[in-house]
Amino acid sequence: MNLALRDVRRNKLRFALTGLGVGMLLGVVIAMMGIYEGALADALRLPRAEHADLWVVQLRTFGPFAEPSRIPRDTRDLIRRMPGVAEAGAVTFQTVQAMAGGKPVRLWLEGYEPGRPGGPANLSAGHGLTESHYQIVVDASSGLRLGQTVPLGPYRDPYTVVGLTHGMVSSSGDPVAWVTLLDAQALQFTVPPALARRERSAGRVAPTTADINAVLVRVMPAAAPAAVAGEIARWKHLAAVPEAEEERYLTLFVIQKMQQQLGLFMGILITVSAVIIALIIYTLTMDKLRAIATLKLIGAPDRVIVGLIVQEALVLGASGFAIGLVLIEQVKGYFPRRVQIEPRDLAVLFVVVIIVCLLGSVLGVRAAVKIDPAEALAGG
Amino acid sequence: MADAAAPPDGRPLVALRGVCKHFGAGASRVDALADIGLTVQAGETVGLRGPSGSGKSTLLNVIGCVTEPSSGWMQLDGEPVYDGRWLRSDLRRLRLFRIGFIFQTHNLLSFLDSTENVAEAMELAGVRPREARTRAVALLDYLGVGHRAAAYPGALSGGEAQRVAIARALANGPRIILADEPTAPLDSVRAGAVMDLLRRIARDQQAAVLVVTHDETIFDRFDRLISMRDGRIEGEEVFARAGGAA
Repeated sequence: MNLALRDVRRNKLRFALTGLGVGMLLGVVIAMMGIYEGALADALRLPRAEHADLWVVQLRTFGPFAEPSRIPRDTRDLIRRMPGVAEAGAVTFQTVQAMAGGKPVRLWLEGYEPGRPGGPANLSAGHGLTESHYQIVVDASSGLRLGQTVPLGPYRDPYTVVGLTHGMVSSSGDPVAWVTLLDAQALQFTVPPALARRERSAGRVAPTTADINAVLVRVMPAAAPAAVAGEIARWKHLAAVPEAEEERYLTLFVIQKMQQQLGLFMGILITVSAVIIALIIYTLTMDKLRAIATLKLIGAPDRVIVGLIVQEALVLGASGFAIGLVLIEQVKGYFPRRVQIEPRDLAVLFVVVIIVCLLGSVLGVRAAVKIDPAEALAGG
Repeated sequence: MADAAAPPDGRPLVALRGVCKHFGAGASRVDALADIGLTVQAGETVGLRGPSGSGKSTLLNVIGCVTEPSSGWMQLDGEPVYDGRWLRSDLRRLRLFRIGFIFQTHNLLSFLDSTENVAEAMELAGVRPREARTRAVALLDYLGVGHRAAAYPGALSGGEAQRVAIARALANGPRIILADEPTAPLDSVRAGAVMDLLRRIARDQQAAVLVVTHDETIFDRFDRLISMRDGRIEGEEVFARAGGAA
């Protein structure tokens, strides 16, 4: 006879409420894992969508996502003419803040040359850029609609939304937007006339609007990206970062802190869960002291008593895990950033929960094994 | 001394000689049992009475192999189990197969129904679950609570719960039944019924039934009534009856 299941069956409501509590706690852990995986997926989505073999950036820098990179625009032409290079496209990246429809909108803006590497991916409505100026393609998560205008730049030029993408956000969660390279350069490097005059009067060169942040390179099928990268670094005094390396930089430099932060938080939550599960199991055991003493008195071996406690702990942990997962699956769409729940993470967490339950039941098992059968004979 | 009681069938199931039990040492030493000599025969129902602290419950715990005596000799169901030390290591199995316990507050497992409470004790002894259920239902019928087989302890009356507890105590056919104030929560009518039941069990199953009680209304239902004070047996009354009273 399985005493644990019968106890659970008899005290359904109590176990359900306890499981709900544990489930909410584990739900937060699952959400943390999902937020990290979502941030990682978001961060890698843009560089992966570019389908570039190499990212050419300023010498001794780690690429446009990890740190600023500024190179002359003609770099793209120089790179394009190198052996083994199939295509090259100049791009710029910047964050812009605007007001649209009375609401603040923050965008991660990419400037690119239509027809060359770079540009919108996952287009779900409208079309790409068809004119040289004042058109913009944005991700649907920005809340902007087709045909809506967004004022950008020092002169607040109106950009018309001509296309919408799906699921394209930056590593910081901002929706990605695309404009032509010329527009992006103007937005990034143009200074108001008064400031330009002051710079010139002070003898300083006015900032150029001809710079770019990176060149995206696609190599020929027969060429090795590493070899082309070596040639670029040797002859052009630029850093050529392979796609995989660019992803590694992103993970290492941009996401790592978030990973550590979430990892520590998850560690604390799992520890708190362990303590709570241990206390719940201990309390459940204390509530059954007389029943356990009676079982021992009538001849139940310790394994029956230990089985009762450990199995209840496992039922609690497993049901809490399931409840937590269902809860997060229901609400993950309401999180401001992507929550991506990976089966691999769930499997690891499930194993951790089982271990936590086994450890958590140690306290209750110790108390149960120590109970003197004579307690059952005490008046009561 | 109580050893002198006349056995109904001449076979002692409980035998104690010079059993002592003390707690603490030196000035704080308490002698809970002092030089106890006692025999209980098969089919005999013996009552233990005495004021609080007289050693009744300690004696019951010692016979139930729950509390180790400090010295003396003890034999249960024909097997010596204590002679200055425990003579067997698996006292749990001894309790499981040879001793049935009945408590003041029935101590039924609240999350098991009547049948399961009885069947669980059988399963602990290795009886297959299906057979255990069948036998448990039969035992509940025998004790007059078959109609409450599916009820949980919380839904049973005091008398019904005590009968289910008795069924559990009888689950593995023990030869020795120890009851600690089994009629305390019952009115006099139900208390009498429970005692009659215990007498019937002692007679039908040739078991030795030892009952700790304060309840004067059931004193006349014992074969013998032993009085204890300060850890010693003070005296005993023997109730002669023709043909038993079940």
